[in-house]
Amino acid sequence: MPNPEPAIRLEHISRHYTMGDAVIRAVDDVSFEVPSGEFLALLGSSGSGKSTLLNLIAGLDLPTSGSVVVHGQDLSKVSSLELARYRRQTVGMVFQSFNLLPRMTLEENVELPLRLAEVDRSDRAARVREALERVGLDKRVGHRPSELSGGEQQRAAIARALVNRPKLLLADEPTGNLDSATGESILTLLREIQKNPGMTIVMVTHERPLAERFADRLAVMGDGKLLSNGAPR
Amino acid sequence: MKPRDLGDLALRNLREAVLRNSLTTLGVAVGVASLVAMLSLGVGLQQLAAKRLSQSGLFDSVFVTSRMNLRGMGRNATPSPADKPPRLLDEDARQEISRLPNVVEVYPQVRFFSEVRYDGKPFATMVAGMPESSKSSGSFDGMQGSFFSGPAAYETILQSEFAKELNPQTSTLIGKELVLRYAERQSIPPNPADSSAAASSSSSSSSESLPGGFSVVPKEMRLRIIGVVDTEPAAGFGGYGNGRLLIPLQVAMILHAAQINDLRDIVRGTSSAPTFASLTVRAKGPAYVEALEASIKDMGFGAFSLLDASKSLRIFFSVFDLLLGIFGSLALAVATLGIINTLVMAILERRREIGILKALGAADGDVKQLFFVEAGVMGLLGGILGAFLGWLIGRALTFGTNVYLHRQNLPGVDISSVPWWLVLGAITFAIIVSLAAGLYPASRAARLNPVEALRYE
Repeated sequence: MPNPEPAIRLEHISRHYTMGDAVIRAVDDVSFEVPSGEFLALLGSSGSGKSTLLNLIAGLDLPTSGSVVVHGQDLSKVSSLELARYRRQTVGMVFQSFNLLPRMTLEENVELPLRLAEVDRSDRAARVREALERVGLDKRVGHRPSELSGGEQQRAAIARALVNRPKLLLADEPTGNLDSATGESILTLLREIQKNPGMTIVMVTHERPLAERFADRLAVMGDGKLLSNGAPR
Repeated sequence: MKPRDLGDLALRNLREAVLRNSLTTLGVAVGVASLVAMLSLGVGLQQLAAKRLSQSGLFDSVFVTSRMNLRGMGRNATPSPADKPPRLLDEDARQEISRLPNVVEVYPQVRFFSEVRYDGKPFATMVAGMPESSKSSGSFDGMQGSFFSGPAAYETILQSEFAKELNPQTSTLIGKELVLRYAERQSIPPNPADSSAAASSSSSSSSESLPGGFSVVPKEMRLRIIGVVDTEPAAGFGGYGNGRLLIPLQVAMILHAAQINDLRDIVRGTSSAPTFASLTVRAKGPAYVEALEASIKDMGFGAFSLLDASKSLRIFFSVFDLLLGIFGSLALAVATLGIINTLVMAILERRREIGILKALGAADGDVKQLFFVEAGVMGLLGGILGAFLGWLIGRALTFGTNVYLHRQNLPGVDISSVPWWLVLGAITFAIIVSLAAGLYPASRAARLNPVEALRYE
């Protein structure tokens, strides 16, 4: 029986930058697959290329060579308009610094991807409420980000990432700005979200113990290359 | 993104930096105000000039003469094949012309030389008959006294220059009487003896009998002065001279005063029926004058209008408006730089936000449209405020000018005018200019690399 189509397939992917005469190989000939429904942790020290790799999967950046295929769609071959649609409909992103818009309330922040996806106004309120209930913030809809704790802001960011019902959740150091207890609660939440059928999660982190506890598989990066790729011990 | 969401986000962004955006909008408003004020002056002065000229009745009128008047007066006496045969300008012709489309009225030019006696002194002047319709032409607006009490009233309105000759204190003339001395034309029936003598001594034309002539008898009548007018409601044209003593046309006609064409008619022996020296045909507006003039020429009459002069006036004011518009636009050009500056600053400040929007799925076009809408809103608000400020400046200039004119004992004028098309045009122009100013910042924002933008602190 053939293997089902993986959620993510990276084929000899490289991302090089030039700075003057020097070529920086942020990602250098990396290939691996992430099956649908898996929780993958990308580990590595600073400058190892893990965030660059995540940006390539998110369609925020394009590889110098190789291909990124997500749910059968080769991101290196689509137009910028299709790439924007991919980010809107297929991917949800969570950042280390939350990246909520400070002048908007929680409700408005979570509604933003629905506006970009041109979802009908009549459907939006229910979708926002559903996303906020899922992360336990349904009582804080009218608050601005500055009125929330770090953990709550990250939950709100997760709600915003989920509101368009993506198949892929990409998290870049989601616990980096949180204390260990809060970080653990966020990872618990991500693990619950992963239980949704077909939801694939790729998380960049440098906290190996947490990754080992929550992820299905660990991919370790170093100097732009994939050093190891396997299940946690 | 849907237009409503785009508008919501743009307004929210504008509210965020309310002081800076207000100042930029004010800059646009000042630019639009200067443009509107300049053009309102151009339009106002044009309207003022056009009003003064239309009060003279010259621009919506065609002056009709018999083509016979011109034969043998240095013109080619041989008619071209296309020419209709010359016709007499008589009552039949008048009726026929009055039935042409877009004709308001047709009345004869009755002008004759006279001697006026006032306070025992003689004054020579030209008398003109004024139709009843001239009352509403605007020519008599602001006159001292009043218009004729009736179409057959034995009353006169004096042109102010002539009135000053009678008495420098023109207002004291009103209610006084003057004596008008003129030459009355009295018809003489044909003399059979003259006809037979002509027949025996002449050749081929002997079969035509000569019509009767007329004698000229001095007459005088008394007229009551009821008004003095500054304008020239009976301005001269075609060599007939300015009418400076105005009387009702009906009165002028029943006087049977000898006119310039009488001697010509009697020599030519064209007809025994009275003819008119010329007719004035008033069209519904200056736009109909050209076609009307052509129709009248087709009928076999000489026709003349001041259409070309009117066109020259319009060309002059178009160039004048263009120059004023260019000067007025300079301030708007400066305001454009303000918009560019504000939006470029906004890109720097909102770099991270642009990155977030792109990460959430905003296309380059969404980001571009957002900045475009922000520029457009500043243009719209600046345009509305600017049009109002421009109107205020125009009113202030009119007020200041009128204060100055009143000090010089001159009547006030309205030198600025802000018609609705100027308001709409200025607002539209402000929006277009603002959008053009937003072009560079918007495309710069759209091109931002989302990864770099997200890293920006």
